[in-house]
Amino acid sequence: MTDSGELTALRDELISAIDGAGDEAALEALRVSALGKKGAISERMKGLGKLDGEARKAAGQALNKLKDEVGSAIAARQADFKAAALDERLATEFVDVTLPARPEPAGTIHPVSQVWEEVVQIFADLGFSVAEGPHIETDWYNFGALNIPDDHPARQEHDTFYLNPKEDGTRMVLRTHTSPVQIRTMETTQPPIRIIAPGRTFRSDSDQTHTPMFHQVEGLVLDESTHLGHLKWCLEEFCKAFFELDEVKMRFRASHFPFTEPSMEVDIGCSWVDGQVKIGVGDDWLEILGSGMVHPNVIRAGGLDPEKIQGFAFGVGIDRIAMLKYGIPDLRAFFESDLRWLRHYGFSSLQRPNLAGGLS
Amino acid sequence: MKFTLSWLKDHLDTDASVDEIAAALTDNGLEVEEIDNMAAQLAPFKVAKVKEARQHPDADRLRVCDVITADGEIQVVCGAPNARTGMTGIFAPAGTHIPGTGVDLEVGVIRGVESAGMLCSERELMISEDHDGIIDLDDSLPIGMPAAEALGLDDPVIDIAITPNRPDALGIYGVARDLAAKGLGTLKPLNAEPVKGTFTSPISVDLKFDDPGNTPCPQFVGRYIRGVKNGPSPDWLQRRLRAIGLRPISALVDITNFVTYAYARPLHVFDAAKVHGNIHARLARPGEKLQALDGKEYELDGEMTVIADDNGPEALGGIMGGEPSGCLPETTDVFLEVAYFDPVRTAATGRKLNILSDARYRFERGIDPEFLIDGAEIGTRLILDLCGGEASHLVIAGQAPDTARSYHLRGDRMQTLGGIDVPVKEQARILTDLGFTVTEVRAGLDCAVPPWRPDVHGEADLVEEIGRIVGLDNVPNAAMDREHAIARPTLTPLQNRMIAARRALAQRGFNEAVTWSFLPAKHAELFGGGQPELKLANPISSELSDMRPSLIANLIEAAGRNIDRGFGDVGLFEVGQVYAGDKPEDETLRAAGMRRGQAIARNWTGSARAVDAFDAKADALATLAAAGAPTASLQIVQGAPDWFHPGRSGTIQLGPKNQLAWFGEVHPRVLDAMDVKGPMAAFEVVLDNIPAARNKSAARPALKASDLMAVKRDFAFIVDAEVAADKLIRAAKGADKALIAEVALFDAFTGASLGEDKKSLAIEVTLQPRDKTLTDEEIDAVAARVVDQVQKATGGTLRG
Repeated sequence: MTDSGELTALRDELISAIDGAGDEAALEALRVSALGKKGAISERMKGLGKLDGEARKAAGQALNKLKDEVGSAIAARQADFKAAALDERLATEFVDVTLPARPEPAGTIHPVSQVWEEVVQIFADLGFSVAEGPHIETDWYNFGALNIPDDHPARQEHDTFYLNPKEDGTRMVLRTHTSPVQIRTMETTQPPIRIIAPGRTFRSDSDQTHTPMFHQVEGLVLDESTHLGHLKWCLEEFCKAFFELDEVKMRFRASHFPFTEPSMEVDIGCSWVDGQVKIGVGDDWLEILGSGMVHPNVIRAGGLDPEKIQGFAFGVGIDRIAMLKYGIPDLRAFFESDLRWLRHYGFSSLQRPNLAGGLS
Repeated sequence: MKFTLSWLKDHLDTDASVDEIAAALTDNGLEVEEIDNMAAQLAPFKVAKVKEARQHPDADRLRVCDVITADGEIQVVCGAPNARTGMTGIFAPAGTHIPGTGVDLEVGVIRGVESAGMLCSERELMISEDHDGIIDLDDSLPIGMPAAEALGLDDPVIDIAITPNRPDALGIYGVARDLAAKGLGTLKPLNAEPVKGTFTSPISVDLKFDDPGNTPCPQFVGRYIRGVKNGPSPDWLQRRLRAIGLRPISALVDITNFVTYAYARPLHVFDAAKVHGNIHARLARPGEKLQALDGKEYELDGEMTVIADDNGPEALGGIMGGEPSGCLPETTDVFLEVAYFDPVRTAATGRKLNILSDARYRFERGIDPEFLIDGAEIGTRLILDLCGGEASHLVIAGQAPDTARSYHLRGDRMQTLGGIDVPVKEQARILTDLGFTVTEVRAGLDCAVPPWRPDVHGEADLVEEIGRIVGLDNVPNAAMDREHAIARPTLTPLQNRMIAARRALAQRGFNEAVTWSFLPAKHAELFGGGQPELKLANPISSELSDMRPSLIANLIEAAGRNIDRGFGDVGLFEVGQVYAGDKPEDETLRAAGMRRGQAIARNWTGSARAVDAFDAKADALATLAAAGAPTASLQIVQGAPDWFHPGRSGTIQLGPKNQLAWFGEVHPRVLDAMDVKGPMAAFEVVLDNIPAARNKSAARPALKASDLMAVKRDFAFIVDAEVAADKLIRAAKGADKALIAEVALFDAFTGASLGEDKKSLAIEVTLQPRDKTLTDEEIDAVAARVVDQVQKATGGTLRG
């Protein structure tokens, strides 16, 4: 009753119907008509019980083969319908990708902070730790201990801000330089000492190139053998690292500061191209820092013995080297908090200076 | 200080070029600020002769001149009244830039006559204001000679900056000595031959001070010179003074200026006819007045040194002479003053009276106390040479202060301090050239300091002297030792916090500002400051009068300026110090920020939102987290300092005694007082108050991640409106500390449906089973405990 010719005809009929099904509903109707409980294949399966022996085996195998074939054909046809339906839906889904992304404000780090970190990175590699001191200082720490007695002409040159006098007549000052940290460090630390002290400083001065507040970084090295050659090396290595140059032209000039002896001012070679300064090359010089061997009186004022302890100190203007490195023209703008300036000259929060990745 | 090359060469025998001299000066610590080289500036201008000057055919005031120049004959139209046939002048060819007019000369046609150059006036060359006619030179000068040479202006002027420790370099002789030591030539011997006096001075000098051992004027050398003829000083002297920016006045005055600049030895010359009785140095009597040579009258006090006669003060010692006894063209008899004045007192007097003079500048830095007699002889000789007359014997009162001192310089100290090995012989040579008296002792030098070097006080100074002459550029660099092969961390916890806070805030969209440490008193008071000990005695303006008590004030001000520029959405932060008093411990490091306008900018997705207290809260918490505060233990309580909105602000603390931060909307009254439009949300974190991290170990505790699925349950409670959400959350958490991993509040709602003064708070509770799946009964039991705990703590009931 189930000869192979009939099965072949059934197969051809079903496959052709599956291929011709117009939609998923038609396909489902076909599935039911073939594989459903009363479907053509299922009915024939039921009929197998009437056959015997070899005939049942052969007919069963043929029917199962047909069942699998028809099942696969239906599944494949179903997948086609799904893919087509998705394509149809996607064809209607569209956004204008040129619309702006949702706003995420990007903040900035001030150049002074960025350069603070750069300087700290460089000196940390040389074993300098970062020391700090108060902005409101006593006369002693700002002047007396630094070998600037009351009547010293340098005191007038410092354009000091004073706070209101106290009842006993003494008055506090806003530190005019970061050098008081030298004394405070000596009072609390036994040599060898290697520190830098970056921070705010104040002078009663306000014009094109001066602001009443600015930033300095002090350096101090004290031990038993550090000499001027080490100072020169340290400053030159610093300048190369900070300005990220292989070579930097420098000039060391004798000068005078009350708190160092010998004292020197340091110039860095530069050239001017279209009003922009280019550091490290050229025939012009820019003064960038003051330095020297710590004066014996200062070492003594810090409670150490200048017969045994010696070393160097230097002071660099942070704002100034920031201007030079990043081509920022006007010091006053540093403190005006103009959003346009902060966004233009500021740094990304992720741009954290480090020696491995490069400072800038 | 300025001087000319030829003036320097009066004292220094040298063939060095100006550039070599300039480099050596700077190297020595006498920094060259400017070199004014007229020869270079006037290079295109040369001597020429007018072959013929004839009337312009078409202009009464113009002449047509045929000028013979080095480049041939050139026709020039000239308007100068003194242009004449045969004269010798200065010619500029077409193409020359004329400094006095700023014009680039071109060939032109003036009223129909061609003109191809210019005969110049002094003003056109910018060598004087004279524009009455063209320069009329001596006919013997050859055609083609550079103008600078013909005019005697080919002497470069060098301007150097002198540090306060080098009074000796405030005289050209001292500069020459420094250069000679450097090897740039030979110092010429000083010519201070005594002038033989022929009579006894009719004016005597007395030093009237109470303590003869410590006087403001320890020595005074004087001399009477009679029969002088005062008048204009000779050309060479006038030219030198002009070159360095001084105005020639008369021979006698010019001589005092000349000696001041040549030898750093200020002199004063009194008109002897106007001196009443004898001269004495004394302290002024309070209230005494002096009409000084600058034309101003000064009232003196008892701390000021005066040179007086029987009538009263005639000069301010070391600072300025008086007008009544000053020299005039008709002066015939003079009294020369060469004195030493105490630097400290001179400086104080100068400051009090606000007089700047060449004399004060030198005296307050310290002049050579042993150069009085030499100075008097040099001055006398110049007066006799230029003004004639007859000199008295010297009058000498008092004694030079004894400044003799000597220091030992160890032979290896140049190396061990200065970093450069200089042979002891060379060290001795340099110091000797600088005027030290050097004796070789043991393995070093004993060095007696010359009297003109008040700055040298020890071995380190001797190292500096040798170092600057050897040249600091020549000190070899020496690498510093590395204490550790690989650098160790060096920042303190507070410094790390500062950096972290800053980076976190920039990451959150803030722009970092650096604002002044000061602010106006009015603003200080708004933020709890304005204490008298935090006011500047000498503020630069009333806008910068007080030390800031908070960072927020200046940020608001800065925001205001940006708003005025059209930037309405502002987010600024600052990390910096604020001041609660004038002691070091009163300074705290803080991180503060303010937002104004839209927290999320207006955009097409429609999610724009104005800033509020919760932006500030998030900012404060993020800052604290970045700075390493124990975030899980932080308490948040209602209310903040006065400058915040009383209802929309909070404090973040670790117990009531340790407040770490404040946040909220800024009080409208504060914004009003500062004239800045709000609303604004702000926060301030006190970085110093964050406790140190307890666990220093880098290792993390083991991860306790359960493979069992967490269970989430939502609850909505109705509570009284004043119940703090935080209290409810804590109560829920407390219901089963082991099982409840998280309680998140996801809805807060008030509405009429809830009843008066009620609100609904909805939370999601996450239960994390640890070792076995929870049964429904267990979950229901925890849920019941949550409801129970919340009710106990807040009186809240489950919303139906």
